[in-house]
Parts: sequence; C-alpha cells; structure tokens
Amino acid sequence: MYDVVIIGAGITGGFIARELSRYGLNVIILEKDNDIANGTTKANSAIVHAGYDAKPHSMKAKLNVEGNKMFDYICEELDVPFKRIGSHVIAFSNEEMVIINELYEKGIINKVPGLRIIDKVELLQKEPNINENVLGALYAPTAGIVGPWELAIALMENAMENGVELMLNSEVINIDKLESGYKVYTKDNEIKTRYIVNCAGVHADEIHNMVAAPKFTITPRRGQYFLLDKKAGNIVNTVVFQCPTKISKGVVVLPTVHGNLLVGPDAEDIEDKRNTETSDERLNYVKSASMRTSNKIPFNKVITSFAGSRASSDTGDFIIKEAEDAKGFIDVAGIESPGLSASPAIGKYVVELIKEIHGNLKENSKFNSTRKRIIHFMELSEEEKHEIIKRDPRYGRIICRCENITEGEIVDAIHRNAGARTVDGVKRRVRPGSGRCQGGFCQPRVIEILARELNKDITEIVKDGLNSNIAIGKTK
Amino acid sequence: MLSYDIVVIGGGPAGLAAAIEAKKNGVNNILVIERDRELGGILQQCIHNGFGLHIFKEELTGPEYAERFIKELCEMGIEFKLDTMVLDITKDKIVTAINTVDGLINIQAKAIILAMGCRERTRGALSIAGTRPVGIYNAGLAQRLINMEGYMVGKKVIILGSGDIGLIMARRLVLEGAEVIGVLARGSYAAGLGRNVVQCLEDYNIPLMLRHNIVKINGKDRVESVVVVKTDENKNPIPGTEEIYECDTVLLSVGLIPENELSANLGIRLDRNTGGPIVNESMETNTEGIFACGNVLHVHDVVDYVTQESQRAGRAAARYVKNEFVTNSEYIKTKPGNGVKYIVPQIVQIDNLKGPIEFFMRVRDVYNDSRIIVKLDDIKIRELKRQHMIPSEMERLVIDSRLLKEGSIMTVEICSGGEL
Amino acid sequence: MEKKEMVCIVCPIGCHLEIIVDAKSETGYTVSGSQCDRGKTYGIKELSNPTRLVTSTVKIIGGNLPRLPVRTDKEIPKDKIFECMKIINVSEIQAPVEMGQIIVENILGTNSNLVASRSLH
Repeated sequence: MYDVVIIGAGITGGFIARELSRYGLNVIILEKDNDIANGTTKANSAIVHAGYDAKPHSMKAKLNVEGNKMFDYICEELDVPFKRIGSHVIAFSNEEMVIINELYEKGIINKVPGLRIIDKVELLQKEPNINENVLGALYAPTAGIVGPWELAIALMENAMENGVELMLNSEVINIDKLESGYKVYTKDNEIKTRYIVNCAGVHADEIHNMVAAPKFTITPRRGQYFLLDKKAGNIVNTVVFQCPTKISKGVVVLPTVHGNLLVGPDAEDIEDKRNTETSDERLNYVKSASMRTSNKIPFNKVITSFAGSRASSDTGDFIIKEAEDAKGFIDVAGIESPGLSASPAIGKYVVELIKEIHGNLKENSKFNSTRKRIIHFMELSEEEKHEIIKRDPRYGRIICRCENITEGEIVDAIHRNAGARTVDGVKRRVRPGSGRCQGGFCQPRVIEILARELNKDITEIVKDGLNSNIAIGKTK
Repeated sequence: MLSYDIVVIGGGPAGLAAAIEAKKNGVNNILVIERDRELGGILQQCIHNGFGLHIFKEELTGPEYAERFIKELCEMGIEFKLDTMVLDITKDKIVTAINTVDGLINIQAKAIILAMGCRERTRGALSIAGTRPVGIYNAGLAQRLINMEGYMVGKKVIILGSGDIGLIMARRLVLEGAEVIGVLARGSYAAGLGRNVVQCLEDYNIPLMLRHNIVKINGKDRVESVVVVKTDENKNPIPGTEEIYECDTVLLSVGLIPENELSANLGIRLDRNTGGPIVNESMETNTEGIFACGNVLHVHDVVDYVTQESQRAGRAAARYVKNEFVTNSEYIKTKPGNGVKYIVPQIVQIDNLKGPIEFFMRVRDVYNDSRIIVKLDDIKIRELKRQHMIPSEMERLVIDSRLLKEGSIMTVEICSGGEL
Repeated sequence: MEKKEMVCIVCPIGCHLEIIVDAKSETGYTVSGSQCDRGKTYGIKELSNPTRLVTSTVKIIGGNLPRLPVRTDKEIPKDKIFECMKIINVSEIQAPVEMGQIIVENILGTNSNLVASRSLH
C-alpha cells in the first residue's frame, strides 16, 4: 500500500513528488508516457513569470508570485539552469500604454517586486532590436527563463534519490474507491494507495471523473513555436511580450537558457488532447505576429518548430484542492500559464493539503535536498577537461557535433534516476539532436550508446513512445 | 603543444587529397584529424558506383574511391587521428581537439586546411507542419543506417527532394525490399544528376513527381501519412491540390549546408551564395595560411572535382609552408553575373598563377543551347558553348590566367539562345 | 523510323542522346548528342541489351561494421538485378576482407563476380 500515488510526471508532479519525499511516505508516480516531462512540460514558453498578469487574489496570482521567489534556491539546490533576465511588455500605441498601466496596477496588488514602466529610450537601450515605433514598456526584473524539462527531470531524480518510485508507460485507466484509500489501475498493475494527487495535465478532468462527480473540464489550448539557432539568441536580452489586447495575447520573443531564440506561441483551443501538430497557418501567424516585436528575427535560422498543449480549465484558475466527494483525492488541475512559474509553490501547497488531511507527517531524516546536474564537458575549464577525460575517456569522444556533447554525458544521462531510455530522452537531458543538424550525425551514435548501455538490440531503441522504433529491422 | 606544418581538418575525400598532395609537394609533417571512426568521410556510406570517372577513368564505388586515397595516405606515412573532434581553431593556427586517447590537445600548425564537409538541411529548417513521429530521416542519415550499420528504416517510403542522395536512396530502398511511393521535386526538374534519374528512378519505375511538395506529416508514434500538394512555378503550394499518401517513412533530401561553424568562429569570411569561405586562387581563406576545399567550401556533386580542388589546396598549403607563396599581390575578384549563382574562387591573385585557372560555378536555372560569357571589367574575354546546364550540376570553367591580367572584376554570365 | 531519346548514364555529364534505328549503319543504330564514343556505345546497348552494375551490402561477421559493401565487377543484364539481390541477401562473409575479394563467383552465370568494394577488418 502506497501513501500517495501521483498521476503525471510533469513539472507539477515533479515538484509534488520532491516535496513529499521530505517525509517518510511511500510515494509512487505513474506516468502514461515512456518518459517523464513529456507533455505540457516539454513544449511551453519556458518562462518564469513575474506575476502581474494573473487576476488579483486568484490562485494563479498567489502561487505565481510565491513560486517565482523560490526559483533561485531551488534551481541552485537542483543545479538547473535558471536566469532571472527580466521581462518587458511592450506597447506601440497609447491604447497599449493604458493596458500596460493596468498590468502595472495589477502587479502592485499581486505584490510583484520591482515593476516599472519605462520609456522608449530606456527600452531601446536594453533591447536595441525591438522595432523603433515602440512607445514604452512594463519592465519586470523578477521574470526569468528556465529549462522546464531539465527542471522536471532534476526534480524526479532528486525525488527518486529520496525514495519516490516512478512507473513509466502506466496510463491510469480506472480508479476504485476502497474502504480507506483507492485502487489505481493501469494496463499492467493495480496499485493501492491512501491518497491520490491528480496532476495529469490535459487529462486531469478524465482522472477526476474516475472517482468524483464532474466539476471542471480541461480544454487543451495548443500553442506553436519556432526555435532558432544560437546565432539568433541575442536578438533580445529579456523576455519580450507584446501587449495583450482584446483580439490577441500577442506572441513572446525570448532567449532560452541554452542561448537559442524562442518565438511563439499562438493560442488555439482544440479537441484532441494529444494533438500537438503544427500547422502552416498558425506558424505563419506566429512569424508575422513576432515581426511586430522585432523585424530583425532571422527566420532563416529556424532549427525547428513545435506545438505544446496548455491544460486550460473552464474555471479560469488553477484547481488545487481535495475533491469534495472523494476524500484523499487531490486535484492539481488547470495548470496552464503561469503553471511553470507557480510549480514550486504548488508543490508546497499540495503537501500542506495532505498534512491537513493526514495530520502531521514524519520527516524523512535521510532527505537530501541537492542534486548535481550532468557535467557539461564544454563548460569545464581546460584543467577540468583534462582531468575528466583521464578519469573517464568517454568524455573525450564528442557525439553531438553541433552542441559538442560527449559520450560521457550521454552515458551519465542514461544511468541516473529516471534516466534516459529513448533518443528524445537523451536529447532532453543532454541535448544531442537539439542543434542545427537535429541529430543528422549523432542519432546513429546515440542509438548505439542507448542499446549498449541498456543491453538492448538497436532495433529495440525508440525515439520516444514505445512504438517509435527507429530501425524497423535489419537489412538482409 | 604538438606542432605540425599542416593540419588538415577532416579525413573525407577533400582532406585525404589535400594531405596527400601537400606531402607530394615536399611537406612531411602533416596531421589529418577525423571525427569519425575511420577515414573516408561520407564516401564510406555511398556504396553505389559512379565515382572516379574523371580521375581514374573507371567507375568506382564510394568506398573504393576512398580506399585508394586512404591506402596512399598510409603508404606515404601521413599521420592521422581518428575519433577526434576539433573544438576550436585560432587565428594563430592553434587547433584544439579532443579524443579518448590523447584527451584535450592543442596543436600548433603552420598552415591549416579546412575540409569538414557539409551537413543535411533538416525538416525543422523546412518547418513542415504536422506531428513529430519517428520515420522522418534525412536521406544521408538513412543511407548510413542502411549501408553501414545494416538497419532498415521503413517499408513504405516517400522521398522529398530530388537531390542525388534522394535519388540514390530511392533505388537503395527498393533493392532492400521497401516500396518507394515517389520522389518529390518542388521545381520542374530533378535536382540530382540526369544519370541518377535514369538509373535510380526510371530503372525501377519509381515516379519522379515534379512540382510537388509535402506540406504536412501525420502519425502518432510513427509516420502514417503525408499530405502532398502540387506547386506553382514559384514552388508555392497550389490550394486544393492536396492528396494524402499513406507511408511509414519520409526521407528528406532537401539540400546540403557547408559546415562552417569552426570557420565562422575563427572569423573567416563566408560567401552567402556558397555557404563556404571566400577563397582565392589557392583556396586560401581571408585568414592567411588557412585553406578550404571540398564541401565545406561549396557543395559539389562529383567527388572527382572535390579531389582536384583539394589537391590545389594541398599544393598551395605546401607552398605556403615553404614560403613560396605570393601574398598581397594584385588581385581580381570574380562576380556571378546574370544566371550564375556562384563562382569559386572569389579572388584571383594573378602572381600565384602559372598556367590556366579553373573556376567552379553553378547556374541559377535550366539553360539549353546557351553560352557562358566571361568578362573582365565589361570586356568579353571568353565565351563557351553549353548544350545543357542545370543548377544541380556544377560547371567547370578553365581560363588562361594571362587573360586576367590588368583587370579588377571578372564577371561570368549566362546567355541563353543564339544572340547576345 | 524508330527514334529513342535518353539521358546517357555513363558519366555525370548526362548527355541527352537521340538514337535512331538505322539499317544502313554498321551497328544498326545512329546515335547523336553524345560527347564521347562511350556514350554512343551506351545508347546502342541500352536499346539492345541494357545492363547495370549492382551495388549492395552483404552480412559480415567479425568486422568493424556489420555490413560489407559489395558490387558486381561487370555489368549484369538489367532484368537480373532482383535475382542477383536475392543471392546477395543470403550471402555472408567472415572478416577480414580485402577490397576486390570475390564474394560470389560468376553470379547467376553472368560472368560477373560479386566483389567486396572495401576492405574490412
């Protein structure tokens, strides 16, 4: 019998798992996909919002501002790239300047620190590539950028280090209420637990409805993005939002923690929750909308385009509470933007909810709050590079030519907690295939390393899902 | 720090030929650095025939062509390091590289020859809409998996792009038992060599679908289908012509890009039209003593020309090392005129030339019964007849260097039809 | 008069050939459009008895790579390519192999040998 089953290994599931691992509880995470951080967490804007945008006094506002403050120490504990680069909402008309003032007022109520409205001159000094017809901007120094899946993976590694179990390819298909607690059914397993935390992203309503009366619906809101080469990464220095108007929320232009440029998203409510297709029409919209921010974005340097799905609830706010008609079943639903920013605070909040239900929790005396990231060879000093190759020659073999990633890094990514099992999993952890050649050179090597380290045949290695084998068989 | 007279970056056909030629020209202290596990570069996966007709007057496969040079390199005692990646090159010609045996090494060179080759343009760069399932391969990657590693990539394949690798892979896939639905070209002619259209597609009844493009890829885990449209004369999709083709694999053969990240970091000036360094008659870049040849300079379609060009770079590097090189002499610039996409070299120092000089160029469009006109400062110095020219087939132009004296810009243009 | 147009595949130039059946000619054909004599020969052969080199791979045991590239050392009749592939697909060889080494002698009785197109150790 488990104490807690967490459904969904995205960023919120990760934070909740790690927070719970501070206590002497039996916790397991069930993830429907073949890797963690594979849903909304892997395709979003990667922004830690300052918190002026959310409706005052909402859960979103409270948890965003609180979560934002936690990023520095959490990313330090977990050794995850996070940069507090600040954000600008830019205005091109007097009308938009009015909206910026409103955002500022909201930010003050939400207790966002350091907000300032700046004029054109100051803005163009900080962001020289923005179109010159800009009038001014709302500047939020506390906004930042983070690697969302790197963070989720780090959380899971750390949670597992502290005793949490992870079960992949375990879509929850049914839940029974027991005398005290629940029985959770996956295709291969039945798991008894006292409590359930439902952070199933776009599927959270379906999971809720397995044990409780329908209370909310989640609509997947698709957003499409362009990722540009690192050569374009310095087009902007901060997160640059367009002014939200009645017609459009505008698109964002920002550097990523790895130095690429990210442009997007649009917003489109769709029916199929698993649909993350891109479309020419929407991508063209993103492209033309972004030109309003800067006409210097070099779209000939696009590395890839992708789509993500936001879990948008019909209540308009995060839903984080125990279901009224299912004791010990906690929904963590509707975690759309600013979900990533709020996620550290969501983790804490959910643990408080469990404490309320359960009573005080016994501390896990062996809890280790730190996790070391995979060594990035190219970031080492010359001295350290010598040292590490001497210790493990595999750091002397570059597998990914575009990002200069060594075999040593890939092997490390495979053998960690929640380690990489797939080509995309390796890519998310150590980035081979994220560069301009998109795996053209390194993919056969990555497959070979995965097969060797996991004791599998090359034909068994998948790109992502269980049925996405890269080589379908041998020739001859 | 290690020290060599010449360091060659890349052990493919360009690097091999350059190193051998430099040695033949009297330089003994040469190192070839190769990132793969063996020499030969992309030739090792090009198991089809058609290589070496110009140089060896016989039809070799890629591995055979490579092996001749590898053998010669070894017999000459030229040093090479395999599985070794160059991380950085400085203007002072210090090459930083790593491998598992030596660790991180710095090498001081007197001259450097860049021969890093090219990479394939990807789906991401094309931004084809749809899902991101498995089953979308660059043609060269699929070629490596099938020919060298022995793995099949799919059963029912559609190929986007009619470049040579796309055509050759169409045949290869059929021979290995796959079905190839067709090879799509956005324009109105195949981008690859005519002989490959004949012996790779026509021989096997594989449709060449001119003026078609893939606009969407469908499929959850694996590719399930693609949406194909017809294209207009500007290669744009014609609405309403969408057709769905079921397939499990999409091969992309949509262009090659010279790999010049190392060169660009070093401050080498690149030609926007070739994607490679701007070089002079000796294949020297704007950084003194650093030469470039092969696909890193401009993408070739015939390896024999890579070899010849690289030999030129190797000879020049040898002369540079031996201080026989003329620098800062009078020079002319070459300029692609009407109908010409690019010309290599871009700069000619007349004093470094003895005999005729060879230029490589590509045209922008298909030309039948037309002429190549070479002008020096608006005065016609040469005219050559050509029956048939297409952008995918590189043209060679040999000009007597005496004709280039006393000028500043040599323009090459295409004149179609009979009249000037 | 029978006339056939084709692209010559002898070399990368890809001459556009025009072949006319011509009883008066010594070979029975006249070929125009080729830049060399080999093109003329090709054009005639392509009409009378088309042949091709076959290149593929065979399984190799104990080599640095799992596949060895192979080729026929002479062209074989075009209509025998798939039959030839059947033999290639079941061939297997033990490393080391030297370039040019015969893998299958006189394949399908075509007078052509299947040979290794690289050395592999």
